[in-house]
Amino acid sequence: MALLGSAALVLALAVCAYGIGASLYGVKTGLVEWSESGRRSVYALAGILTVAFAVLEVAFLRNDFGFNTVADTSSVTTPTFYKAAAVWSSQEGSLLLWAWLLSLWSTLVLFLTRKRMRDVSAYATAILLGFGGFFISLMVFYANPFKTTSPAPVEGEGLDPLLRHPSMMIHPPMLYSGYTLCIVPLAFGMGALLARKVDAEWIRSIRRFSLAAWLFLGVGIMLGARWSYSELGWGGYWGWDAVENASLMPWLTGTAFIHSLMIQEKRGMLKVWNVSLVLATGTLAIMGTFLVRSGILNSIHAFGGQTLGVPFVILIGVLILSSIYLVTSRREMLRSEHRLDSLLSRESIFVANNIVLVGLCFVIFWGTYFPLISEALTGHEASVGPPWFDRYTVPLALILVLLSGIGPVIAWRRATLANARRNFVIPLSCALLVLVVLLATAVASGKPFALAMFCCAGFVFGAIGQEYFRGVRVRRAMAGEPAPLALVGLVRRNRRRYGGYIVHVGIAVLFVGIAASSSFQHASELSLSPGQSTKVGAYTVRYVRPTVAITPAYDPAHTGSTMSIGAVLNVTKHGKYVATLTPAEDFYDSGEPSQGSVGHLIGGQPVSQVSMDAGVTRDVWSAIAPEIDTPRLKRIIEIGNRTIPLVRPDEGMIALAVMEREYMKAPPPAEFHLIVSPLVMWIWIGGIIVAGGGLIALWPAPSVVRRRVRVLARGRTAEGLARA
Amino acid sequence: LSVAVVALTLVLLAVVIAVVSRPLFVERPPGDSSSGARADEGALEGGPERDATGRQAGRSTESDVARREELEAAREAKYREIRDAELDYRTGKLSPEDYEAVNGTLRAEAVEILDQLEALDERA
Repeated sequence: MALLGSAALVLALAVCAYGIGASLYGVKTGLVEWSESGRRSVYALAGILTVAFAVLEVAFLRNDFGFNTVADTSSVTTPTFYKAAAVWSSQEGSLLLWAWLLSLWSTLVLFLTRKRMRDVSAYATAILLGFGGFFISLMVFYANPFKTTSPAPVEGEGLDPLLRHPSMMIHPPMLYSGYTLCIVPLAFGMGALLARKVDAEWIRSIRRFSLAAWLFLGVGIMLGARWSYSELGWGGYWGWDAVENASLMPWLTGTAFIHSLMIQEKRGMLKVWNVSLVLATGTLAIMGTFLVRSGILNSIHAFGGQTLGVPFVILIGVLILSSIYLVTSRREMLRSEHRLDSLLSRESIFVANNIVLVGLCFVIFWGTYFPLISEALTGHEASVGPPWFDRYTVPLALILVLLSGIGPVIAWRRATLANARRNFVIPLSCALLVLVVLLATAVASGKPFALAMFCCAGFVFGAIGQEYFRGVRVRRAMAGEPAPLALVGLVRRNRRRYGGYIVHVGIAVLFVGIAASSSFQHASELSLSPGQSTKVGAYTVRYVRPTVAITPAYDPAHTGSTMSIGAVLNVTKHGKYVATLTPAEDFYDSGEPSQGSVGHLIGGQPVSQVSMDAGVTRDVWSAIAPEIDTPRLKRIIEIGNRTIPLVRPDEGMIALAVMEREYMKAPPPAEFHLIVSPLVMWIWIGGIIVAGGGLIALWPAPSVVRRRVRVLARGRTAEGLARA
Repeated sequence: LSVAVVALTLVLLAVVIAVVSRPLFVERPPGDSSSGARADEGALEGGPERDATGRQAGRSTESDVARREELEAAREAKYREIRDAELDYRTGKLSPEDYEAVNGTLRAEAVEILDQLEALDERA
């Protein structure tokens, strides 16, 4: 089947080349049949890549270790759930996922715009196929997922244990969907510039795709943060890792765009800004992909040691230069149709919000890429740590949250000072109330930024609550509906507005969680023996007893690790029982014969199994690093290595059982990492609220659905008349 | 197995060629002919019919449909703006004077779009 996969890739590359040629020929000559043929090339590309992806997925599910990718990232013992996700754990498989998702989204957008903006669509088709062709070329020439080895090994190396987390099933497809969806607006933006049709039509056509890109990217980022928090043993959800930053940057510029596009839609303003944001977002998405795949980063999220850097640098260079050329050469037609009516208007707030978002993006860009550039030029390794990022991003985040409360209470076009004053009473009262309560209880003393963030969030809740209350009151007065129905009706008829407001609430909730958990966290890293206790904040944690579990590969319960050593921790607060935590560290088979017949069974990269008691007010988080390098345990391994042959892993397991008995008999002290963080759960709740609001804003409004039905009906009528 | 794989590959190739080349070989009915840049130009210039197959007439029809969709989208957007302004007014964000000014401007812009739609109807 590898042959079918490889043939599909070559065919896909040929289809991209043909489609680009057909689309450009069609748009240049005006022969629509050629443009249409180009558009159908995208449909065909989606079909071919679906076949290719299915071939690889089946190879993983069937343990076909003849495929190098399958042998490298899966094994017979990998649970089926993770085998399906292992496809995108390798460079080759994830490139295929990228290209496949791009082809699917491209198909959707080109199908939806098949009867509109023909020349813009034709250029966009060529650009989308260009991107598709680029990624397929990488697979054909550098990282072929269908490369095989003969004879096939009987067992694979298995999936990286760190990736065995439910989030990892969804996180990469979400992130890649976000990245690939960022390419859609870029293609249409460039298409509009090339076709010299820069009115609001192209913006309207890609608005939903921009929102979808923002939503998918956001969900992907949140899932990544959740994975980091619950799977990696460092206890944080965001470490300003270059790959994390790479996904956040297009999300920030995308957020700026979905605000500023409204100004172009309504007022014909900010055309240069909007098209620049679209091009920047797409380019940042490609730069993010470059960071992960070029091998220049040594990150947990990156595919290291690869040679894809040069093609990506060329692509990014072409993107930046062509974007600059297109925007500067079309600057005359990108002139604003109107000017700001008033500085006290929603447009002004949106402009301010855009400046803050782009400022945030610039700070993160500098902190992420400057060390890389510096290292490339000077040869000295440089890095920028979380304190550097926090210094600049925290004040900007404060302003951003505040603006997300101010925007909704200011009218479009113009607002009088008297009205604004009246609308600010409730939000300001909420902010003041939060301030007074926190000062009175001294909860946030010595933490001015956290205090400011809570007050800003209070302002946002007040502003959005007031908006909902007044909206419902108006609807009740107009339609005479009861309050719950009026609320539903209000949101249904104004999805963008009220969905957006929900997003603002979610962002405020999320930032409250971030501010609280990072400012008021109690952490402790120490060594404990069974029976010993320690204090973490107001909590007492006692190491009750150790645990050891050995799971041979033939055991149905085996999920990859051969041995797991952990602890039972008892958590109390003021003498009252709170929770029992069971952190562990899993040891994996390295498959490395040089470590010996017993040593290799536990010689792989150990993975921490975090245990936590999560609640709405606080999380008690724990991780363990057990000591297995004691003389007694090392001696058991040495004797096992000497006496047990490599071909008898079953006897090796007996040696591990002896180790287990010894460990339980006289457990050595273990290293613990214990954290008590307040309000972490609100980060995830905030993320869910943001996603919910985004979905509401994305959902087509009833009137649009009706209009689409009318257009279809009219189209059919026109067809009928033409035939007659 | 390899024969089956080669056969599958050939089937895939045939399907792709059929999908991609279809628009180049399908004869279009007169009312459903090609448009694009040239067709748009012809329609806008109001040029004469080019041949007896009704090709140019078809192009005009399609161009009109595209223009109508554009105008209808603009009309919907304008209606949304009017609704937004009304909501802003009723929720106390716009003073009566400001609302009157904004509403007047928006309605004038909407009327302009409706006039263009009407002109399109008359031409049809």
